Amino acid sequence: MMRQNFYTAFFAAGITLILTCLMVGVKLTSEGTELRVVGATAAQWTWIFGGIAIVFLSQLFRDQISAASAGIPRPNLGKLLPAVSVQARLKPWLIAAVIVGLIVWPFMVSRGAVDLATLTLIYVMLGLGLNIVVGLAGLLDLGYVAFYAIGAYTYALLSSYFGLSFWVCLPISALLAATFGFVLGFPVLRLRGDYLAIVTLGFGEIIRILLNNWTGLTGGPNGISGIDKPTLFGLEFNRRASDGATTFHEFMGIDYSSSYKVIFLYLIAVLLVIWVLFVINRLMRMPIGRAWEALREDEIACRSLGLNRTVIKLSAFTFGASTAGFAGCFFAARQGFISPESFVFIESAIILAIVVLGGMGSQFGVILAAIVMTILPEFAREFSEYRMLLFGLLMVLMMRWRPQGLLPSKRPHMELKR
Amino acid sequence: MSQLLLDVNSLTMRFGGLVAVNSVNLAVRNRQIVSVIGPNGAGKTTVFNCLSGFYPPSDGSVLFKGEQIAGLKDFRISRKGLVRTFQHVRLFSTMTVIENMLVAQHRHLNTNIVAGLFKNASYRRLEQEAMDRAAFWLEQVDMLAFANREAGNLSYGQQRRLEIARCMVTQPELLLLDEPAAGLNPNETKQLDELIVRLRDEHEISVLLIEHDMSLVMGISDHIYVIAQGTPLADGTPDEIKQNPDVIKAYLGEE
Repeated sequence: MMRQNFYTAFFAAGITLILTCLMVGVKLTSEGTELRVVGATAAQWTWIFGGIAIVFLSQLFRDQISAASAGIPRPNLGKLLPAVSVQARLKPWLIAAVIVGLIVWPFMVSRGAVDLATLTLIYVMLGLGLNIVVGLAGLLDLGYVAFYAIGAYTYALLSSYFGLSFWVCLPISALLAATFGFVLGFPVLRLRGDYLAIVTLGFGEIIRILLNNWTGLTGGPNGISGIDKPTLFGLEFNRRASDGATTFHEFMGIDYSSSYKVIFLYLIAVLLVIWVLFVINRLMRMPIGRAWEALREDEIACRSLGLNRTVIKLSAFTFGASTAGFAGCFFAARQGFISPESFVFIESAIILAIVVLGGMGSQFGVILAAIVMTILPEFAREFSEYRMLLFGLLMVLMMRWRPQGLLPSKRPHMELKR
Repeated sequence: MSQLLLDVNSLTMRFGGLVAVNSVNLAVRNRQIVSVIGPNGAGKTTVFNCLSGFYPPSDGSVLFKGEQIAGLKDFRISRKGLVRTFQHVRLFSTMTVIENMLVAQHRHLNTNIVAGLFKNASYRRLEQEAMDRAAFWLEQVDMLAFANREAGNLSYGQQRRLEIARCMVTQPELLLLDEPAAGLNPNETKQLDELIVRLRDEHEISVLLIEHDMSLVMGISDHIYVIAQGTPLADGTPDEIKQNPDVIKAYLGEE
């Protein structure tokens, strides 16, 4: 037993040595036109060997460690929430309080914080959308970012070619993304699990490559810039109004401040997230939501009970895609500039990570995970290049200790009241 | 003579060169319990799979209420009123009992998205009707007390009963039960026996049954078909089957 552990420990320490030496031990720096390899400093080497020693020892004594850690109680996030009966009574007040808080909050914090919150809300939307497809319907989609891209490009193109406003484009983006979701749905209906994942992965890449190469329409890798910002009933948030328009600060008779625009964008994002949450919450309680779940549980039983799996799967894909379309349209409006660079595979992976970390099928969990995934990298900025390393480490630990996610799905169950 | 509900003629199913079912004929009349028996691997479940649309039959005709249903998609056949259970229990195990019952009524509900988003009157009425129907059938199988339990946490016998209730809530005319007594204790088998008889006598349902429990089959069947190695061997009333030398040979071997 000990001998077995010694081999594993030796092996693990060796891998750690190789990986850390490659990633931390040596560095490429450019001096003029030349590239030079620079070794790590003595302090860094101490850390590296310290880390390797920890890996070696923890692997060597892992039986003892796991025996000891079995006694430590795991944190139970579910217990931190009040009991179900209390929840039901407090719920409307809680929701109202959260909404008021979300609306008041941006006026009290810095511009940067509001901007970060807006980005978080985009990921919340994407997470919620993908949650329909992956969490509820159980269809693994690795190309989700394609629908996000379609939403973004729909607004960018319609705005720059036809001058359509954000509010007109928002439903169009969602509809177009939904159409693509529907079309993609057809060929992949018969596929499941791994096969489905690969096809959707391919679809995501096709969209990105198409956007990259259709230079005439999309501007290729240069992207589309100067996308109009959303307006408030025709009022612009710029310093100076464009022809025939009025700006917000002129209308209100106040001084111009760039933070109005940021706060306005944030409030739109809040509005969109609330809408998406409302729709998904209703969907989960509706026959179609139950059918998604049933299909994930047992497809054969569904068929025998007269459920048309084609329609049910397609609807999950379509709803998920339309949410991404919403998010994409808003993203384009917020950034003012989009390029295929924003819609690479890693985005799909991050959104999927949000869904998995949050707890499949759980809305609250997805929101929490989206916040963690966007804010944590910002807080970890002082770790500079080790940031992504920490990020990865967190995900590994998370999956090891809490594979069911931060807040596992507590679906609203239908109750028979007598 | 009551009308034929299900009329199967020379049903054949080939998998490549293997003939799993060879020219099987079946007839089920209204309010009849008909059993299909035969040794393991005789092709009984394949017959069920053909009837319920899980396999398209290679040959033969399946008339349900006088209408050809051979080769139709499974969910279309189920919507016509021919619903089956499975040899192994197939419940939606993370969903509650009542939710299982509601999923089964999917097509009876208002699935219009807008209606559901704003819970309009028709949506609420249909949802309430579905709830009532679910409660009615749960009561019939003595499961009402468990309505809000998760299906996966029920005992095996309860799961079996729930599966039958879930089929009944779709309002079928013919119920196909694939070994419903498998894994049940004698007491539970007796309850099942009574339930099936009640379905026929009180709810006017016809039942086509695959079963190995001979006391159950002989006790409740109006007519029995025997299949051995995919081919029909005999058919008749329980008494005729008990005395049929071919059947005895197939089950017990030759002397």
